[in-house]
Amino acid sequence: MVVKVHGPPYSSSTRTVLACFVEKGIDFEIVPVDMLKGEQKKPEFLALQPFGKVPVIQDGDLTLFESRAIIRYYAEKYAGQGTSLLGKTLEERALVEQWLEVEGQNYNPHGYHLLMQLVYATKLGMPQDEALIDKSAELLGKVLDVYEERLSKSKYLAGDFYSLADLSHLPFAELIVNATDKGYLIRERKHVNAWWEDISSRPAWKKVMAMAI
Amino acid sequence: MAKVKVYGLPFSTCTARVLACLHEKEVDYELIPVNLMAGAHKQPPFLALNPFGQIPAIEDGDLTLFESRAITKYLSNNYEGRGTKLLGGTVREQAIVEEWCEVEAQQFNPPSYAIVQQILIIPMRGGTTDASVVESNLTKLSGVLDVYEERFSKTKLNYLAGDFFSLADLHHLPFAHYLFNAAGQGHLLDSRPHLKAWWEQISSRPAWNIVKLNMKK
Repeated sequence: MVVKVHGPPYSSSTRTVLACFVEKGIDFEIVPVDMLKGEQKKPEFLALQPFGKVPVIQDGDLTLFESRAIIRYYAEKYAGQGTSLLGKTLEERALVEQWLEVEGQNYNPHGYHLLMQLVYATKLGMPQDEALIDKSAELLGKVLDVYEERLSKSKYLAGDFYSLADLSHLPFAELIVNATDKGYLIRERKHVNAWWEDISSRPAWKKVMAMAI
Repeated sequence: MAKVKVYGLPFSTCTARVLACLHEKEVDYELIPVNLMAGAHKQPPFLALNPFGQIPAIEDGDLTLFESRAITKYLSNNYEGRGTKLLGGTVREQAIVEEWCEVEAQQFNPPSYAIVQQILIIPMRGGTTDASVVESNLTKLSGVLDVYEERFSKTKLNYLAGDFFSLADLHHLPFAHYLFNAAGQGHLLDSRPHLKAWWEQISSRPAWNIVKLNMKK
């Protein structure tokens, strides 16, 4: 049975889910959502995802939204298939959860502002807020200083194994490095940069990035 | 069994989230206060526990963990056989718990945090509430709570993830407590009867009654 992923393949949170599916060897079908036309706010979509956000998946009679909930479910459900993404022990799993929360609470908010301002503001015809850009870059830099320290002692965020905690950083990092002038935030931190080079060169990520824009 | 050590403050929202979980799971703990006023959370001994300098952090045997929502997940898994089940009964039920935990973290928390920050925290530190920030976040939060109300009304479920209490409900307790009480935003419940019923049910649980004793009403 093919899992339906509702969302445009250029959406960062959709890419988080796609990266997980490719790592786990899960068959899926992308059902595009035209966000520029506001499709995500229409009743048909809201019936699937009542907050009007992408992505949302349909797998048989299961409908699930929030990208980090989707990847946790599938990483658990298909634990024995494809890349292991939750560590091997309960303690390793706890560290994966910890760094997934760090991504969601400390990295994501600043990354979101930067990308909304630098990538999407002009597309949506909104003026850029320079103060917000500067503040977000500064705060993201402070977060990445902690990552730099962590990654100087550990190959990946949760330990010496790749996990959901690393994967969830990919979409925003890709845009920050390749679509904004703030790539130095990652590039100029030696261990963060090495970690970025490693995780972004994974075949699964390259496959996701190659999907229709 | 050695007690779980919790580094934090009992009236702090994220510490309270962890304490609520410990009480639900009937796990003994020792609360070690962190002197935020003196900046202890940004100093080396604490930074070794949480390099982001945020409370809470826990130590359970050899494991050190931070991020309250990761701590509650760990406790729910590690102490699965004790106290209240907090992740549902099946992998499928857990998926829905995870979904609404993310909704709390990504939809409910940001505007709630902003409102509590403006109304309670900033004045406490000698600053002034920014009414426009409160207003824009109330608009955002109202939209989110409308979805909750619709969900409860349509599904007739008593809790967010199903007909069972879970982390998805528990994670809301600390900020909702301050929001609806000390921050004066109880009106958000008035026009949402199902939401109100849910709130009254989860906020009167024995475990939460113990934790909220140390929180300003």
